[in-house]
Amino acid sequence: MIEILLEPFRYDFMIRSLITAFASGAMLSLLGPFTINRNMGFMADAMAHATLPIIAVGVFLGFSISELGVPAAILIAIFLGLIIKNTNVGEDTAIGIIFSSFFALGFVLISLLNVTINLEDLLFGQILAVSVSDVYIVVSLLILVILVIVIYFKQLLFYSFDPIGAEVKGLNTTFLNYLFLILLSIAIVGSLQTVGIILVLSMLIIPAAAAKLLTETFTVSIRVSVLFGTISSITGMYLSYFLNLPSGPSMSLVATIIFVLAFLSNKIRKKGSLATATIS
Amino acid sequence: MDTKEVNSASTPLIISDGCCVHFGNIPALESVNFSINKGKKVAVVGPNGGGKSTLFNALAGLIPLTEGSLTIEGKNPNEVKGKVSYVPQKDLINWNFPLSVKQVIEMGLTTRNSFNLFSRNKVNEKINKALKEVGLLEKINISIKNLSGGQLQRVLIARALAQDSEILLLDEAFSAVDIGAQEDIMQLIDNINLDGKTILIATHDVNNLEEKFDEVLCLNKHCCAYGDPAEVLTPEVIEEMYGSHNSLLNNKAHFHKEGSGND
Repeated sequence: MIEILLEPFRYDFMIRSLITAFASGAMLSLLGPFTINRNMGFMADAMAHATLPIIAVGVFLGFSISELGVPAAILIAIFLGLIIKNTNVGEDTAIGIIFSSFFALGFVLISLLNVTINLEDLLFGQILAVSVSDVYIVVSLLILVILVIVIYFKQLLFYSFDPIGAEVKGLNTTFLNYLFLILLSIAIVGSLQTVGIILVLSMLIIPAAAAKLLTETFTVSIRVSVLFGTISSITGMYLSYFLNLPSGPSMSLVATIIFVLAFLSNKIRKKGSLATATIS
Repeated sequence: MDTKEVNSASTPLIISDGCCVHFGNIPALESVNFSINKGKKVAVVGPNGGGKSTLFNALAGLIPLTEGSLTIEGKNPNEVKGKVSYVPQKDLINWNFPLSVKQVIEMGLTTRNSFNLFSRNKVNEKINKALKEVGLLEKINISIKNLSGGQLQRVLIARALAQDSEILLLDEAFSAVDIGAQEDIMQLIDNINLDGKTILIATHDVNNLEEKFDEVLCLNKHCCAYGDPAEVLTPEVIEEMYGSHNSLLNNKAHFHKEGSGND
């Protein structure tokens, strides 16, 4: 068994991939509980799709997707935040417009600039192609996200739960809003090579949703979400290696299986407690 | 209505002098004048869109005035943020978050400085004290998902108490809670008021205000009346706030009407 588990480590590309998968899985699932409880899934999906034009221009200029990570994430977060705040068409509508128009712009730019990008890799991820510098960047992004969450956890939680109360208490809610958008954007852009534009949402929200079903409090749900996120990404990588499957979709499917198990367990637990209550 | 001095021996804590708030071209508050002394329990009544929440937001320093002044101890609300605690309307809070009662109370002690100035023991002490005051100490580790509407309101009041502010603003504190819970909350507010805190509560219920509150501020974008509820809550004021529906709202209005011979 241990031999099987260690087999992928014989290859450098697999070591790089496993580290990147772990970092991406941890980073996304750490922010997932905030995202689902704030109903920001659609926003996160828009962020992922809005990266396409930046990637097109960046790759045209000779940068890798990971190298584009932080500046692209900050640009997207601020831009989305400003648009949503200053339009009066409704948040969902504004996000929908940005989502589709940026995605379209990305494809047009790829065509116009003759950028050599494998679209399938971009949409569904190609973790096996990560370089050593990509690994350093993604791990650094994970450390950054963890540090910011640890430092600002209480303020972000207060702001997410009761934005008015947080503002009255004197917290800088504009800063906290953009801080979270930037963190989310960093996690998304940093994970694009792992799971791709389309599937990044699955690694963000599925582990968090499964954790929410099994836990009572928010802090515990974050820990369980990270556990599920990392299990999904690493197990997905092993499945991809041994069964010759695409890595991004494998991770997403493992996360989905965990969610289904959590859902069933939640149902059974509820039925059990209902039966106990009826008997007593 | 002109500013009314209710208790000339006390120094006014909150003074509104021609306070106006506009959202674009739409007026939300127009030339509102009143003066509230320290330790008063004030009901803020008026129709939906009458400016109750806008006034609270202005007092909490959340929105700027278009004209006039609104001061707390002579200062702009933005300069005295720690003096005011705000319990917003329940539907403005994101109840998706599965938080424990303790976590919600601890928010009242959260500061801009992420490295909390209070020691863990001090924080726990303040949380326990606030929960004891609202009678929910035994629920400290319970998830807020498992609390009733009245208990949730008391948790939010406990969070405000943990902040140890002089002024408490409670927006729609009695909405979506049953009559028993409303009485519990009112009893709790009376106790808090006995500690010398000034309390403003926005409410839709104009019945029996004179039994529950020291003063009433009647708003319908402008200040329709301000003062002792038994004196100022006349049929004319009720009509100014709620239009022709006043007879549906309050038997007290008829009482005043008949008693004062205004009919």
